[in-house]
Formats: sequence, C-alpha cells, structure tokens
Amino acid sequence: MTIADQVTGSTIAGTAKPVEARPEPRSAAPAVTLPAIGERELRLDLFRGLALWLIFVDHLPPSLLTWFTIRNYGFSDATEIFIFISGYTAAFVYGRAMLESGFVIATARILRRVWQIYVAHVFLFTIFLAEISYVATSFENPLYTEEMGIMDFLKQPDVTIVQALLLRFRPVNMDVLPLYIVLMLALPLILWSMKWRPDVTLALSVVLYAVTWEFDLYFSAYPNGFWAFNPLAWQLLFVFGAWCALGGARRMSRILASPVTMWIAIAYVVAAFYVTLTWYVPQLSHLMPKRLEQWMYPIDKTDLDVLRFTHFLALAALIVRFLPRDWPGLKSAWLRPLILCGQHSLEIFCLGVFLAFAGHFILAEVSGGAAMHALISLSGILIMWGVAWVISWYKRVADKSGAKTKNAVGNADLAGGG
Amino acid sequence: MKAKVLLSLVLLCGNLAAPLARAGDAAPTAPAAPPACELPSYLLTTESQLPKVADAIKAGKPLEILVIGSRSTTIPASEDSSYPARMQAILRDRLLPSEAVHVSVEIQSKKTAEEAAATFVKLMEAKKPTLVIWQTGTVDAIRAIDPDDFRGAVTEGVSALQNAGADVVLMNLQYSPRTETMISVPPYLDNMRVVAQEHDVPLFDRFAIMRQWNDQGQFDLFSPSRGPELAKQVHDCLGRALAQFVIDAAHLGPAGQQN
Repeated sequence: MTIADQVTGSTIAGTAKPVEARPEPRSAAPAVTLPAIGERELRLDLFRGLALWLIFVDHLPPSLLTWFTIRNYGFSDATEIFIFISGYTAAFVYGRAMLESGFVIATARILRRVWQIYVAHVFLFTIFLAEISYVATSFENPLYTEEMGIMDFLKQPDVTIVQALLLRFRPVNMDVLPLYIVLMLALPLILWSMKWRPDVTLALSVVLYAVTWEFDLYFSAYPNGFWAFNPLAWQLLFVFGAWCALGGARRMSRILASPVTMWIAIAYVVAAFYVTLTWYVPQLSHLMPKRLEQWMYPIDKTDLDVLRFTHFLALAALIVRFLPRDWPGLKSAWLRPLILCGQHSLEIFCLGVFLAFAGHFILAEVSGGAAMHALISLSGILIMWGVAWVISWYKRVADKSGAKTKNAVGNADLAGGG
Repeated sequence: MKAKVLLSLVLLCGNLAAPLARAGDAAPTAPAAPPACELPSYLLTTESQLPKVADAIKAGKPLEILVIGSRSTTIPASEDSSYPARMQAILRDRLLPSEAVHVSVEIQSKKTAEEAAATFVKLMEAKKPTLVIWQTGTVDAIRAIDPDDFRGAVTEGVSALQNAGADVVLMNLQYSPRTETMISVPPYLDNMRVVAQEHDVPLFDRFAIMRQWNDQGQFDLFSPSRGPELAKQVHDCLGRALAQFVIDAAHLGPAGQQN
C-alpha cells in the first residue's frame, strides 16, 4: 500500500483512489491528515530543483539562458515555487514530528534547522564581503564613481557586520534565506495552529496578508528601507504550502480536477504571458489598455502581489493536473539531476548563490563574452548537480554503515525538509 | 511612421559614413554618430511628446534645457565630455539657429529623488527652462530607499517641474555590471517607467541603452580602467542618443534637422 498518497493528495489520483486515502490511525487531531512516510513525492523535488536552477540563472547577469526562466513568461518566478514547496515539505516533516513527539520536540528540531540556515546565510555573507572588498579596491572606472558609493558601508564594518548578523543588512540576492529563517521560526506556531484547525490557520494567514497590505507593515532593514521579501506577506505562500501538505490539497482535489478551474488557470496564464510580452516587445505595449496598466502596475514582489500569487496558483493547478505523481518520466535519467538538486535544497541553494557570485566575478575579471557566459551558466548547473549527487551518495553510505536507529522520521531531509 | 523610417535610414547612412569623421570626435560638433553609438530604434522611441519644446523651436525661441542629475551625469574632471555637454553640441548642430540651444546642468550629488525634488520649485524659478531632463534613481537604489517612497518622490518631482511650465524627460540609472550583485536596480527602473507612463513623460532608458552597448560589445562596461577614455566615449554616445530622443519626442523630425 502506498500510504504516501495521503501526503500528496494534491494529485487528481487522490479522488480516483479514495480507498487508499484512509486516515492515519495515530492521528490525534482529526482536523489534520497526518503526513505519512513513504515513497518520496518526486514532483516536489523536481520543481524545487528547477526553482534552484532558475534562481541561479536569474542571479547571473542576463544572458540567453535567462530567457528560459519562468519570470519571463508570467508574473511569478522561482521564488514562489521555492517558498511554497518549502512550506509544503517543512509541514510534511515537522508536522509529523509534532503529532508524534509533541510540540516541544518538534520545535527543538525546527530551531536546529533554523540554526543551520542561519549559519549558511552568514557563510554566504562572508563570501560577499570578500568579493565586494576586492571590487572596491580594484575597480576605479570613472564612469561609475557614483555606483561605487555602495562601498561606503565598508567604512564602518562594526555596524555593518552586526546588522548583517541581525539579518537587517542584506546584500542583493541574499534575501531568500532570511525570509526562510523567519518563516521557519514561525513554523512551530503555524503547525500548532494547523493541528487545531487547518482552515482557520490558513484564514488567519490570509488576514495577516491583507493587514500587511492595508497598513503597509514591513520588516525594516539597514541602513534604511525594508526587507526585499516581506515575510508578513510571503508567509501566505508558506502557510498555504503547509496547509496543502496537511490534507488541504486532498480536499481541494475536486476543485483541481474540474475543467472550469483548468480553463480559468489557462486563461490567466496566457493573459499573464501576454502582459509580460509587452515588457519585452515594446511595440505591443500600445495594445495594452492604459486603465489596465494603471491598475496593474507596479506588480510588487516585495509584498507578494496578488497577481503573482494567483499566477503561481494557476501554474500549480495546471501542473498538478497535467503531471500526475506517477508519471514515469519522473524516474527517467533526464530529470534525475533536477530531482537530486531538489532533494538537497539548502545546500544547493547556498551553492547556487555562491556560484552566482563566482560567475559574476569571472565575467568581470576574465571576460564577459556570450560564450563565457553560457559556459559559466552550464558549468554552474553541472556543479550543482555534481554536489547534489555527492551529498546523496554520502547520505546513502552513511545511512548504510551508520546507526540502524536512524529511521525516516529523524531525517529532516527526507522530504528535502528545509 | 514613414518619417521615422526615413529618418533612421538617413541616420544609418550617416553612420556608415562616420568612420571618416571619427578621428575628430573630440571636436564639439562631430557631424554624425560613430558606429559605436548605434542603437535599435525602439530604445529611442517614445509615445509621449514634448509639446513645449516643439512650440519653442517652431516659434524660433531659444531652447533652454536644464539637466538635473546626480554624479553619473558628469565625468570627474572632464565636464565638457559629459553627456549634457555632448547633447548641447549635437542639438546645436541639428537645430537652427544653433546659438538658440542652451544646456545647463544642476548636479545634486548624493541626493535621493525626494531630496532633489524638494529643490525644484526654487530651481525652476531661477532657470525657467523649456525642457528639464531629470536623471535620478541611482542614489535611491544605493541607499535602498523604499520603492514606493521613491515612486512618490519621482511623481512629486515630475509634477513640480510640469507645474512650473516645463516639458520633462526622465532618465533612469546607468547599467553597471560590476555592481550588479550589490545594487538592486530593477525596482527603481520599474517605478520610473510607471511614473513616466502615468504622467505621459518620455523616459530615456539609459539602463537598457548602456546594456545594449555592453551586450553588443561596443563598450566593455566591466572594464576596470582608471582612465577617462571609456567614460568619455560612453557619454558622447549618450549625448547623441539623448539629442536624438529629444528631437523625436518633440517631433522636430527631418524638417527641423540639418543632416
């Protein structure tokens, strides 16, 4: 029996095989379907791997490869995928821990994970400092005297580094991990509330999102401004992911299976594609009604614009519909690299940020040609794959030779838990 | 539309003939754009117009242009080679009578859009320009000013300039590949585009233009060179592009042009 069907109830198969989706007997709270351990949900790994690759490519200067990233075809981008799947898998892993071992133990494990992410962030910051210090001392093109003002923070490292440790000072492209840290810190509360009433929790999350928009709440940053990803808004995707993991997706399966949903989703995705097209083909822009433009723009990434969120929902609905979880392609060797990367998301994410720094550096120091650019993008992806493979291999070996006590429950990475 | 095609053809021919003239680049009235400045026409097209500039030229009145910008509007120690000076040279060359074009520059270094906008009323009283070219966004991006606040400030600034009776052109940030990992530029570009759209103001997309040059290999903007040559060449091309942009937006077209 594949008890994993419960976890992955987002599939259409969930309706087709209701017999298998019986409630987990140990479930203490009837409101929550206990996530079960079983076969991995490869679609999650696949799309998280994809998100990691896309984030890497998007962090490099634009090139031919950039045209393959989804942000050019609609409102949402890889960040949405990453945060949603992170919410899903985090709830999957730690939700189970909470039901089995209780609130305190689960919280302790979540905090341990938060610590890992925090250390990873500080590590990346150190690399960034090294890069920026180098550029500051070696680059004196008079064309860019003004832009070099960004180096001013190097003049007071005492303040800057402390602010960085407080997550208030964050260089460009290093905004995702702090967001993730805050969301994970809130996870015990989210899970505890989900255990009580999942729907109410989701509703509260929507309320927080609405309040954030209404009253313009934000996390302040150093030296000024605010967090590039507002956790108060982005929590909606995270909580929604958690809600889906804890049975919500299964309950939604009828809606997802309906052709009406499908056509709405298709229409929305096509419309979003058209709007995006007008950004790149300015000749088309006069076909856009001015009214609509004024209502629509700017599409705000910081506060997770509703247009972005709905675009993600539409994409997700289509994917769930057209890519069944037992699709044989998921086991094919071609998708293996993506899935491997998705299974070790924290490590590969950090690696991707580092590789993007390194790529910039090479482009700047060695040569900036298109061929070099393509080479950097491709080798970056190959390195990510290689490292993911090594981590998998090591885990397999360690699991085999190591403690037999290690069961699936203790393994935060089972579902790529973070 | 036809006029535009014709114009681009004329320009293209000018460009083909340009290598001969290239040696005399430093001269204040270089006749045609050097090939390095070539741009696809969509980067220099705008739907918004500059009616006051058009009126001034038609009425034969002097054209007073004020460039308000931050430090990227100048080249340290080479003011005469910066894009406002180059634009003045090109405009004088193209528009008759030549002495009727005057460009003045107001540098507000290290000022955000909000801080700059606060000075506009007084500035406009003093200078009374027909056209204001406002280059902004860089300081805000460096200081990571809230993009919403930035948009508000640009909106206020544009309104103040328009209320003072001038046409306005907005100019966005430089493309600076070396600092791309350090400065988050996109929100500021987006918000300037929004304000330009809302106020029907032409936006001179300096960012896209410079990126085009870098991508096509006309300029290596990654270059760490300390000498002013690259900056001078880029500003020369920017000045030409800006002059062309103003001529197009004011529909001065081939009629008012001396090519």
